[in-house]
Amino acid sequence: MSANFDLHDLSVFDLAARLAGGQVSSVEVTQHFLKRVKNEQLGAFLAVDADVSLAQAKAADVRLAAGERTPLLGVPLAHKDVFVTRDFPTTAGSKMLENYRSPFDATVVNKLGIGPGGAGMVTLGKLNCDEFAMGSGNENSAYLPAKNPWDLSRIPGGSSGGSAAAVAARLIPAATGTDTGGSIRQPASLTGITGIKPTYGRCSRYGMVAFASSLDQAGPMARSALDCALLLSAMAGPDLDRDSTSLDLPVIDYATDLIAAYARNQGAAAPKYPLKGLKIGLPRQFFGAGCAADVLQAVRAALAEYEKLGATLVDVDLPLTELSIPVYYVIAPAEASSNLSRFDGVRYGHRAANYTDLNDMYKKSRSEGFGDEATRRIMIGTYVLSHGYYDAYYLKAQKIRRLIAQDFQKAFTQCDIIAGPVSPTVAWKIGENKADPVANYLADIYTLSSSLAGLPGMSVPAGFATSPAGGGMPVGLQLIGNYFKEAQLLGAAHDFQMATDWHMRQPGGSV
Amino acid sequence: MALTPHDIARVASLARLELRPDETERVLGQLNGFFTLVAQMEAVNTDGVEPLAHPAAILGSVALRLRDDIASEPNQREASQRSAPAVERGLFLVPKVIE
Repeated sequence: MSANFDLHDLSVFDLAARLAGGQVSSVEVTQHFLKRVKNEQLGAFLAVDADVSLAQAKAADVRLAAGERTPLLGVPLAHKDVFVTRDFPTTAGSKMLENYRSPFDATVVNKLGIGPGGAGMVTLGKLNCDEFAMGSGNENSAYLPAKNPWDLSRIPGGSSGGSAAAVAARLIPAATGTDTGGSIRQPASLTGITGIKPTYGRCSRYGMVAFASSLDQAGPMARSALDCALLLSAMAGPDLDRDSTSLDLPVIDYATDLIAAYARNQGAAAPKYPLKGLKIGLPRQFFGAGCAADVLQAVRAALAEYEKLGATLVDVDLPLTELSIPVYYVIAPAEASSNLSRFDGVRYGHRAANYTDLNDMYKKSRSEGFGDEATRRIMIGTYVLSHGYYDAYYLKAQKIRRLIAQDFQKAFTQCDIIAGPVSPTVAWKIGENKADPVANYLADIYTLSSSLAGLPGMSVPAGFATSPAGGGMPVGLQLIGNYFKEAQLLGAAHDFQMATDWHMRQPGGSV
Repeated sequence: MALTPHDIARVASLARLELRPDETERVLGQLNGFFTLVAQMEAVNTDGVEPLAHPAAILGSVALRLRDDIASEPNQREASQRSAPAVERGLFLVPKVIE
């Protein structure tokens, strides 16, 4: 390793190649990133433990020395703090779990980690997020707001805001995230990185602190589609005994085709139109007046690039797009109120210091432990599930959920993938939207419908805002695929990234 | 139909939450704003539509599974109780329930 060489500029793929080639050890890589994490000013990390990380790196070096050559061995990452970990605290961004230590690792953590059967990645720590993954700006973290490395006065998006900020600032090469209504795609878009939420059920939810069980899904966040493909290949797969909603489908290697595409594109016979035949559907409802001009401009320019690569654009209809907001904000809080009922101050989590009896202990412990947004969603969820309102709200929302899923299937008869903006705006200023939490829900409009349908979706860096108000902030292009079509999404994103360099841009200044 | 402070108190009690008066006031305003948004759902005709509880239900080929009702995890009582607020002799402690 040359002295001036910046390891943090390398992709996951390139880091893994250098580790496998013996040019650098996992301990050296881990020390380099730990130094960056130690000095970070972004509020991205909630927990770091250098001893734990270095012990994992040593174990990775032993495996490398023994000749093991697997695609992620020795590469560091960090986990969103909703994945439970034995070796680090897990708070889910909540005071409720301030001193919680899980007795087990989440399946995703195991699959990526250094333990038996794992991909051999080194965990650098736990990443900030909105409390119980409820939020779009990371401002609902009970600990500290995370900041956007492109402008420290702005939010990095949420709920996987710490993951996005840390990857964008090159504090870590990759991170895990979770997406219930857009929590991987939106922060990826707002920080200029790449993230994919796979089909519901692709990744095990075992050990993910539950928010809305019929929507929650884990996925990778990294700088490129190729890096996401490498991580997703290791994260995904059936977990039949531990998650009854994990899909019983074979594990797919998402990366090999992408690596081959690289080679193909270097050669003399590089195809001029690598995406020839791909039909991209543009939902009219995603390109309306509600979307900022800065965002539309970048998204349209990205779509023009797709046309240059051989894809054709067709108009499609997703007529219930606007309805996805009330439908989601009935269903998700209903499931959340049920999931969060486990926090009773008895088995784990915060217990109030003073109370009169058992019921009072529940009430005081929960009221002290939950922040404003979690409280609000528990209230909404309890109300819509209560006697007399269940049919009008919860059941009605579930019926519209089916119609939304059917509309997507109709659209997919006309196209292969669907594209549009991820978020109607670029990253906003910290504190700017705090006054009206319900108005904030409207900003989730482009991500909620595919979440309700359980479809895979990703965010791909597509450019930057050019207006003064936009502050030069990144814009993401959303790609939505049909069920199980993660490989197609990643391939389409990869071809775009071989032709553009938006994903290579990095925030200036110190982090 | 707007919610009243009485509704908020009832729901908070069902959810085992205790709201201060100023919080009740704030939550009331926010929930009323929220249910104005939710009223849009009424306009959608859902006659004859089955509720969709779960995306897996539309992935025809994928059935939700049940596993055998047997313990599959090793006993980790001590590790599991390490984060408990109050434990004695392997038992979770709660305030006296029976007088």
